[in-house]
Amino acid sequence: MKKEWPLWEVFVRSKNGLEHRHFGSLHAADAEMALENARDVYTRRSEGVSIWVVESKYITASNPEDNGELFEPAQDKVYRHPTFYDLPDEVKHM
Amino acid sequence: MKNQDLYKYVLGVADNSLILGQRLGELCGHGPNLETDIALTNIALDLFGQTRSYYQYAAKLEGNGKTEDDVAMLRLERDYKNVLLVEQPNTHFGHVIARQYLFDVFHYQLMTALLNSNDETLAAIAAKSIKEVSYHKRFSGDWLKRLGDGTEESHEKMQEAIDHYWPYTDELFDMTESDVKMAAEGIGVDVSEFKESYYKEVSDLLEEATLEVPANPYFKKGGKEGIHSEHMGYILTELQYMQRTYPNMTW
Repeated sequence: MKKEWPLWEVFVRSKNGLEHRHFGSLHAADAEMALENARDVYTRRSEGVSIWVVESKYITASNPEDNGELFEPAQDKVYRHPTFYDLPDEVKHM
Repeated sequence: MKNQDLYKYVLGVADNSLILGQRLGELCGHGPNLETDIALTNIALDLFGQTRSYYQYAAKLEGNGKTEDDVAMLRLERDYKNVLLVEQPNTHFGHVIARQYLFDVFHYQLMTALLNSNDETLAAIAAKSIKEVSYHKRFSGDWLKRLGDGTEESHEKMQEAIDHYWPYTDELFDMTESDVKMAAEGIGVDVSEFKESYYKEVSDLLEEATLEVPANPYFKKGGKEGIHSEHMGYILTELQYMQRTYPNMTW
Protein backbone atom coordinates (compact mmCIF):
# COMPACT_ATOMS: atom_id res chain seq x y z
CA MET A 1 0.00 0.00 0.00
CA LYS A 2 1.54 3.27 -1.10
CA LYS A 3 -0.71 5.59 0.86
CA GLU A 4 -0.60 4.68 4.55
CA TRP A 5 -3.79 5.02 6.54
CA PRO A 6 -3.55 7.47 9.45
CA LEU A 7 -2.64 6.24 12.89
CA TRP A 8 -5.25 6.04 15.66
CA GLU A 9 -4.90 5.66 19.41
CA VAL A 10 -7.20 3.17 21.08
CA PHE A 11 -8.62 3.55 24.59
CA VAL A 12 -10.58 0.72 26.15
CA ARG A 13 -12.68 0.61 29.30
CA SER A 14 -12.29 -2.90 30.58
CA LYS A 15 -15.40 -2.77 32.75
CA ASN A 16 -18.05 -0.36 33.91
CA GLY A 17 -16.83 1.95 36.63
CA LEU A 18 -13.24 1.98 35.43
CA GLU A 19 -11.74 4.66 33.25
CA HIS A 20 -10.70 4.13 29.64
CA ARG A 21 -7.05 3.20 29.36
CA HIS A 22 -4.69 3.44 26.47
CA PHE A 23 -4.41 0.02 24.83
CA GLY A 24 -2.31 0.76 21.78
CA SER A 25 -2.55 2.14 18.29
CA LEU A 26 -3.55 1.01 14.84
CA HIS A 27 -4.05 2.19 11.27
CA ALA A 28 -7.47 2.91 9.79
CA ALA A 29 -8.93 5.02 6.99
CA ASP A 30 -11.59 6.65 9.18
CA ALA A 31 -13.17 6.58 12.62
CA GLU A 32 -15.63 3.82 11.83
CA MET A 33 -12.91 1.54 10.53
CA ALA A 34 -10.74 2.45 13.50
CA LEU A 35 -13.47 1.24 15.87
CA GLU A 36 -13.88 -2.03 14.01
CA ASN A 37 -10.15 -2.58 13.83
CA ALA A 38 -9.88 -1.83 17.54
CA ARG A 39 -12.52 -4.44 18.23
CA ASP A 40 -10.59 -7.00 16.20
CA VAL A 41 -7.14 -6.15 17.44
CA TYR A 42 -7.78 -5.38 21.12
CA THR A 43 -11.16 -6.49 22.46
CA ARG A 44 -11.97 -9.77 20.80
CA ARG A 45 -11.55 -11.77 24.00
CA SER A 46 -14.03 -9.71 26.04
CA GLU A 47 -11.37 -7.27 27.21
CA GLY A 48 -13.67 -4.29 27.17
CA VAL A 49 -17.10 -2.73 27.41
CA SER A 50 -16.34 0.51 25.62
CA ILE A 51 -13.83 1.72 23.05
CA TRP A 52 -12.65 5.23 22.21
CA VAL A 53 -10.52 5.94 19.19
CA VAL A 54 -8.83 9.22 18.41
CA GLU A 55 -6.56 10.05 15.54
CA SER A 56 -3.05 10.25 16.89
CA LYS A 57 -2.38 13.65 15.34
CA TYR A 58 -4.95 15.19 17.69
CA ILE A 59 -2.99 14.17 20.76
CA THR A 60 -0.62 16.76 22.06
CA ALA A 61 2.24 15.13 23.91
CA SER A 62 4.70 16.62 26.35
CA ASN A 63 8.25 16.91 25.18
CA PRO A 64 10.66 14.57 26.98
CA GLU A 65 13.17 17.48 27.14
CA ASP A 66 10.73 19.33 29.40
CA ASN A 67 10.50 16.47 31.88
CA GLY A 68 12.53 18.39 34.42
CA GLU A 69 10.27 21.41 34.71
CA LEU A 70 7.06 19.42 34.25
CA PHE A 71 7.53 16.51 36.60
CA GLU A 72 10.56 16.73 38.85
CA PRO A 73 9.72 19.70 41.12
CA ALA A 74 7.22 17.51 42.94
CA GLN A 75 9.78 14.93 43.97
CA ASP A 76 11.16 16.76 47.04
CA LYS A 77 7.75 17.73 48.38
CA VAL A 78 6.36 14.62 50.03
CA TYR A 79 3.33 16.55 51.32
CA ARG A 80 2.07 16.71 47.75
CA HIS A 81 1.52 12.96 47.72
CA PRO A 82 -1.48 11.50 49.54
CA THR A 83 0.58 8.87 51.32
CA PHE A 84 -0.10 9.69 54.97
CA TYR A 85 -3.06 7.41 55.49
CA ASP A 86 -3.73 3.66 55.12
CA LEU A 87 -5.83 2.45 52.24
CA PRO A 88 -8.46 -0.13 53.26
CA ASP A 89 -8.00 -3.47 51.47
CA GLU A 90 -11.48 -3.21 49.99
CA VAL A 91 -10.51 -0.21 47.89
CA LYS A 92 -9.32 -1.48 44.56
CA HIS A 93 -7.86 0.14 41.48
CA MET A 94 -5.99 2.90 43.29
CA MET B 1 -27.61 -44.32 13.12
CA LYS B 2 -31.02 -43.50 14.49
CA ASN B 3 -31.39 -40.03 13.14
CA GLN B 4 -29.67 -39.95 9.78
CA ASP B 5 -31.54 -36.85 8.63
CA LEU B 6 -30.61 -34.81 11.67
CA TYR B 7 -26.98 -35.87 11.24
CA LYS B 8 -27.01 -34.75 7.61
CA TYR B 9 -28.78 -31.54 8.53
CA VAL B 10 -26.17 -30.65 11.14
CA LEU B 11 -23.35 -31.30 8.67
CA GLY B 12 -25.07 -29.17 6.05
CA VAL B 13 -24.97 -26.21 8.41
CA ALA B 14 -21.53 -26.97 9.86
CA ASP B 15 -19.57 -27.64 6.68
CA ASN B 16 -20.17 -24.12 5.35
CA SER B 17 -18.45 -22.70 8.42
CA LEU B 18 -15.58 -25.19 8.28
CA ILE B 19 -14.74 -24.61 4.64
CA LEU B 20 -15.16 -20.83 4.75
CA GLY B 21 -13.05 -20.78 7.92
CA GLN B 22 -10.36 -22.79 6.15
CA ARG B 23 -10.39 -20.36 3.23
CA LEU B 24 -10.07 -17.37 5.56
CA GLY B 25 -7.35 -19.16 7.52
CA GLU B 26 -5.28 -19.32 4.34
CA LEU B 27 -5.08 -15.52 4.56
CA CYS B 28 -3.35 -15.59 7.94
CA GLY B 29 -0.25 -13.45 7.48
CA HIS B 30 -1.38 -12.44 3.97
CA GLY B 31 -4.05 -9.84 4.72
CA PRO B 32 -3.73 -6.43 3.06
CA ASN B 33 -2.56 -4.97 6.36
CA LEU B 34 -2.15 -6.03 9.96
CA GLU B 35 -5.60 -4.92 11.14
CA THR B 36 -7.51 -6.59 8.30
CA ASP B 37 -5.38 -9.69 8.59
CA ILE B 38 -6.35 -10.04 12.23
CA ALA B 39 -10.00 -9.33 11.45
CA LEU B 40 -10.18 -12.05 8.81
CA THR B 41 -8.49 -14.64 10.98
CA ASN B 42 -10.80 -13.66 13.84
CA ILE B 43 -13.74 -14.46 11.60
CA ALA B 44 -12.10 -17.76 10.68
CA LEU B 45 -11.73 -18.60 14.38
CA ASP B 46 -15.37 -17.69 15.06
CA LEU B 47 -16.43 -20.04 12.28
CA PHE B 48 -14.21 -22.86 13.56
CA GLY B 49 -15.63 -22.42 17.05
CA GLN B 50 -19.16 -22.74 15.69
CA THR B 51 -18.32 -25.68 13.52
CA ARG B 52 -16.76 -27.49 16.48
CA SER B 53 -20.03 -27.32 18.39
CA TYR B 54 -21.89 -28.77 15.42
CA TYR B 55 -19.35 -31.54 14.89
CA GLN B 56 -19.40 -32.51 18.55
CA TYR B 57 -23.14 -32.87 18.21
CA ALA B 58 -22.82 -34.78 14.91
CA ALA B 59 -20.25 -37.14 16.47
CA LYS B 60 -22.64 -37.81 19.33
CA LEU B 61 -25.43 -38.58 16.87
CA GLU B 62 -23.16 -40.86 14.88
CA GLY B 63 -22.07 -42.77 17.99
CA ASN B 64 -19.55 -45.64 17.61
CA GLY B 65 -16.97 -43.67 19.55
CA LYS B 66 -16.63 -41.10 16.76
CA THR B 67 -15.22 -37.71 17.72
CA GLU B 68 -15.54 -34.20 16.33
CA ASP B 69 -12.15 -34.67 14.66
CA ASP B 70 -13.35 -37.72 12.74
CA VAL B 71 -16.30 -35.74 11.48
CA ALA B 72 -14.23 -32.69 10.57
CA MET B 73 -11.12 -34.35 9.16
CA LEU B 74 -11.82 -37.83 7.89
CA ARG B 75 -14.75 -37.63 5.53
CA LEU B 76 -14.43 -37.99 1.76
CA GLU B 77 -15.10 -35.05 -0.53
CA ARG B 78 -18.60 -36.20 -1.47
CA ASP B 79 -19.57 -36.35 2.20
CA TYR B 80 -18.98 -32.61 2.73
CA LYS B 81 -22.22 -30.72 2.21
CA ASN B 82 -21.06 -27.10 2.05
CA VAL B 83 -22.31 -24.81 -0.70
CA LEU B 84 -20.02 -24.07 -3.64
CA LEU B 85 -19.78 -20.40 -2.64
CA VAL B 86 -17.61 -20.97 0.44
CA GLU B 87 -15.03 -23.17 -1.29
CA GLN B 88 -14.15 -20.59 -3.96
CA PRO B 89 -10.56 -19.30 -3.83
CA ASN B 90 -9.45 -16.04 -2.22
CA THR B 91 -8.20 -14.50 -5.51
CA HIS B 92 -8.04 -10.88 -4.21
CA PHE B 93 -9.38 -8.92 -1.25
CA GLY B 94 -12.49 -7.84 -3.19
CA HIS B 95 -13.30 -11.50 -3.77
CA VAL B 96 -12.79 -12.32 -0.11
CA ILE B 97 -15.21 -9.55 0.86
CA ALA B 98 -17.83 -10.42 -1.78
CA ARG B 99 -17.80 -14.10 -0.85
CA GLN B 100 -17.98 -13.23 2.83
CA TYR B 101 -20.82 -10.76 2.54
CA LEU B 102 -22.93 -12.98 0.29
CA PHE B 103 -22.53 -15.75 2.84
CA ASP B 104 -22.89 -13.58 5.97
CA VAL B 105 -26.33 -12.23 5.05
CA PHE B 106 -27.56 -15.79 4.55
CA HIS B 107 -25.77 -17.04 7.67
CA TYR B 108 -27.37 -14.35 9.81
CA GLN B 109 -30.84 -15.21 8.53
CA LEU B 110 -30.19 -18.90 9.14
CA MET B 111 -28.97 -18.36 12.71
CA THR B 112 -31.92 -16.06 13.47
CA ALA B 113 -34.35 -18.75 12.36
CA LEU B 114 -32.41 -21.56 14.04
CA LEU B 115 -32.84 -19.81 17.40
CA ASN B 116 -36.40 -21.18 17.32
CA SER B 117 -35.41 -24.76 16.53
CA ASN B 118 -37.11 -27.52 18.50
CA ASP B 119 -33.70 -29.05 18.84
CA GLU B 120 -32.13 -27.60 21.98
CA THR B 121 -28.54 -28.13 20.88
CA LEU B 122 -29.03 -26.38 17.55
CA ALA B 123 -30.91 -23.52 19.17
CA ALA B 124 -28.11 -23.13 21.72
CA ILE B 125 -25.39 -23.08 19.06
CA ALA B 126 -27.40 -20.49 17.10
CA ALA B 127 -27.75 -18.33 20.21
CA LYS B 128 -24.01 -18.46 20.75
CA SER B 129 -23.15 -17.80 17.10
CA ILE B 130 -25.52 -15.01 16.26
CA LYS B 131 -23.49 -12.18 17.78
CA GLU B 132 -20.41 -13.33 15.92
CA VAL B 133 -22.27 -13.67 12.65
CA SER B 134 -23.82 -10.26 13.11
CA TYR B 135 -20.32 -8.80 13.41
CA HIS B 136 -19.13 -10.70 10.33
CA LYS B 137 -21.94 -9.16 8.32
CA ARG B 138 -21.11 -5.71 9.61
CA PHE B 139 -17.43 -6.16 8.73
CA SER B 140 -17.97 -7.51 5.21
CA GLY B 141 -20.85 -5.11 4.49
CA ASP B 142 -18.76 -2.09 5.52
CA TRP B 143 -15.90 -3.19 3.31
CA LEU B 144 -18.23 -3.82 0.42
CA LYS B 145 -19.52 -0.25 0.70
CA ARG B 146 -16.02 1.18 1.05
CA LEU B 147 -14.65 -0.60 -1.96
CA GLY B 148 -17.77 -0.28 -4.11
CA ASP B 149 -18.05 3.43 -3.39
CA GLY B 150 -14.28 3.99 -3.24
CA THR B 151 -11.94 4.68 -6.12
CA GLU B 152 -12.62 3.86 -9.73
CA GLU B 153 -10.33 0.84 -9.47
CA SER B 154 -11.84 -0.50 -6.25
CA HIS B 155 -15.34 -0.04 -7.68
CA GLU B 156 -14.43 -2.00 -10.79
CA LYS B 157 -12.81 -4.82 -8.82
CA MET B 158 -15.68 -5.03 -6.38
CA GLN B 159 -18.24 -5.19 -9.18
CA GLU B 160 -16.21 -7.93 -10.86
CA ALA B 161 -16.13 -9.87 -7.58
CA ILE B 162 -19.88 -9.56 -7.02
CA ASP B 163 -20.56 -10.63 -10.60
CA HIS B 164 -18.24 -13.57 -10.09
CA TYR B 165 -19.95 -14.87 -6.93
CA TRP B 166 -23.53 -14.06 -7.82
CA PRO B 167 -24.11 -17.40 -9.62
CA TYR B 168 -23.33 -19.20 -6.35
CA THR B 169 -25.99 -17.46 -4.26
CA ASP B 170 -29.06 -19.36 -5.38
CA GLU B 171 -27.76 -22.64 -3.97
CA LEU B 172 -27.96 -21.19 -0.46
CA PHE B 173 -31.75 -21.53 -0.65
CA ASP B 174 -31.92 -25.07 -2.00
CA MET B 175 -33.40 -27.68 0.29
CA THR B 176 -31.99 -31.20 0.40
CA GLU B 177 -34.18 -34.14 1.27
CA SER B 178 -32.96 -34.06 4.88
CA ASP B 179 -33.47 -30.29 5.04
CA VAL B 180 -37.11 -30.73 4.06
CA LYS B 181 -37.68 -33.44 6.67
CA MET B 182 -35.97 -31.50 9.43
CA ALA B 183 -37.84 -28.29 8.58
CA ALA B 184 -41.12 -30.19 8.72
CA GLU B 185 -40.26 -31.36 12.24
CA GLY B 186 -39.40 -27.83 13.35
CA ILE B 187 -35.77 -28.84 13.94
CA GLY B 188 -34.32 -27.38 10.78
CA VAL B 189 -35.07 -24.20 8.93
CA ASP B 190 -36.79 -23.80 5.59
CA VAL B 191 -34.12 -21.63 3.98
CA SER B 192 -36.12 -21.25 0.77
CA GLU B 193 -38.34 -18.88 2.72
CA PHE B 194 -35.59 -16.26 3.12
CA LYS B 195 -34.73 -16.04 -0.52
CA GLU B 196 -36.69 -12.89 -1.18
CA SER B 197 -35.50 -11.02 1.92
CA TYR B 198 -31.92 -12.11 1.21
CA TYR B 199 -31.88 -10.65 -2.28
CA LYS B 200 -33.63 -7.53 -1.02
CA GLU B 201 -31.04 -6.93 1.70
CA VAL B 202 -28.09 -7.67 -0.58
CA SER B 203 -29.48 -5.51 -3.40
CA ASP B 204 -30.05 -2.59 -1.03
CA LEU B 205 -26.46 -2.74 0.15
CA LEU B 206 -25.11 -3.07 -3.38
CA GLU B 207 -27.06 0.01 -4.33
CA GLU B 208 -25.62 1.88 -1.38
CA ALA B 209 -22.19 0.71 -2.51
CA THR B 210 -22.96 2.12 -6.00
CA LEU B 211 -22.69 -1.39 -7.43
CA GLU B 212 -25.01 -3.05 -9.87
CA VAL B 213 -27.10 -6.06 -8.97
CA PRO B 214 -26.10 -8.74 -11.48
CA ALA B 215 -28.88 -10.03 -13.68
CA ASN B 216 -27.94 -13.64 -13.77
CA PRO B 217 -29.48 -16.10 -16.19
CA TYR B 218 -27.99 -19.22 -14.60
CA PHE B 219 -26.77 -20.42 -11.21
CA LYS B 220 -24.16 -22.95 -10.13
CA LYS B 221 -25.00 -25.54 -7.53
CA GLY B 222 -24.13 -29.00 -6.31
CA GLY B 223 -22.21 -28.56 -3.06
CA LYS B 224 -25.19 -29.32 -0.86
CA GLU B 225 -25.43 -32.73 -2.53
CA GLY B 226 -21.68 -33.29 -2.19
CA ILE B 227 -20.83 -32.43 -5.79
CA HIS B 228 -18.10 -29.84 -5.44
CA SER B 229 -16.00 -27.61 -7.64
CA GLU B 230 -12.41 -28.53 -8.45
CA HIS B 231 -11.19 -26.37 -5.56
CA MET B 232 -12.63 -28.62 -2.89
CA GLY B 233 -10.08 -31.41 -3.32
CA TYR B 234 -7.21 -29.00 -2.73
CA ILE B 235 -8.86 -27.57 0.38
CA LEU B 236 -9.38 -31.03 1.84
CA THR B 237 -5.84 -32.12 0.98
CA GLU B 238 -4.50 -29.32 3.13
CA LEU B 239 -7.18 -29.56 5.81
CA GLN B 240 -6.86 -33.30 6.26
CA TYR B 241 -3.12 -33.66 5.75
CA MET B 242 -2.11 -34.09 9.39
CA GLN B 243 -4.85 -36.58 10.28
CA ARG B 244 -4.27 -38.59 7.12
CA THR B 245 -0.50 -38.65 7.54
CA TYR B 246 -0.40 -39.18 11.31
CA PRO B 247 -3.72 -40.86 12.14
CA ASN B 248 -5.15 -39.96 15.56
CA MET B 249 -2.47 -37.38 16.23
CA THR B 250 -3.33 -34.70 18.78
CA TRP B 251 -1.68 -31.48 19.92
